[in-house]
Amino acid sequence: MAEAASVLDGARYTGFVTVADAGLRGMITLRGDLASDAVAGAVKDAVGLGVPGQRRVHAHGDRAVAWMSPDELLVMVPYADASEVAGKLAQALAGAFATVANVSDARAVFTLSGAAADDALCKLCPVDFAQLGAGEIRRTRAAQVAVALWRSGEGEVTLVCFRSVAEYVFGLLRNAAAPGGELR
Amino acid sequence: MLLLTCPHCGVTAEETEFAPGGEAHLKRFGPGSDDDAFEAYMFNRKNPMGVHFERWRHAYGCGKWFIAARCTVTLEVFGTYPAQTTEPPAGIVETIKAKRPEWEGYK
Ligand SMILES: [Zn+2]
Repeated sequence: MAEAASVLDGARYTGFVTVADAGLRGMITLRGDLASDAVAGAVKDAVGLGVPGQRRVHAHGDRAVAWMSPDELLVMVPYADASEVAGKLAQALAGAFATVANVSDARAVFTLSGAAADDALCKLCPVDFAQLGAGEIRRTRAAQVAVALWRSGEGEVTLVCFRSVAEYVFGLLRNAAAPGGELR
Repeated sequence: MLLLTCPHCGVTAEETEFAPGGEAHLKRFGPGSDDDAFEAYMFNRKNPMGVHFERWRHAYGCGKWFIAARCTVTLEVFGTYPAQTTEPPAGIVETIKAKRPEWEGYK
């Protein structure tokens, strides 16, 4: 069997911010009633985390759960575990009004690292980055495509987009982070 | 530029993060209705100078529909609310009346 690979295959660019393809990440979309015990229980059992409140990300080690909309969560796990975790979630929610889908291969993930990561991103996204706190996920656009981003560490932002536009997004980020384009 | 607050995810963003969906609170006239009612539903839209109610979708964000009450002259936004309602909520109407005493009211 062919081995799975992220679309940019580990590409990296260093300008005034470092932009790196974060590689494969297991991602599961869960839609349903986020206030229900069924969803809370299924998520807790599958990844050991609670259901995040509005626009929050709960992360622990290599697992995370993000609030995507009032009826949607994004569950993140190591790529190799995604189908097993998705199966577990689907089984736990079999009787509930909910859907579970393994979307790992439909996404690309980037990390931007450096103190000026916000300066590169604010050229692309209509977001007031000064207002974006730790533990908050922001769904927005980068130039012409949808992205989701959050602060994943000290001076680091993780950005997720659709795999089909990953080349485009990498081009955008590279351009935004190019030397000479610093904002201060 | 419009700054809108999505009532579903609480994000305030500029209008390029949203997609406009035209006039809000339309009543649908479908099969069985008379031609005039259907024509009005299909084609006739308000085009007010002043208070207006519009549908918007948080297209690049949470993906949900909501309604914005705003002024077409000044771009002031009086408020936003979820789309699952057939008329403006009382709180929004009150806000508009306080700011635009000459407003004739919804309808
Ligand atoms: Zn929203």
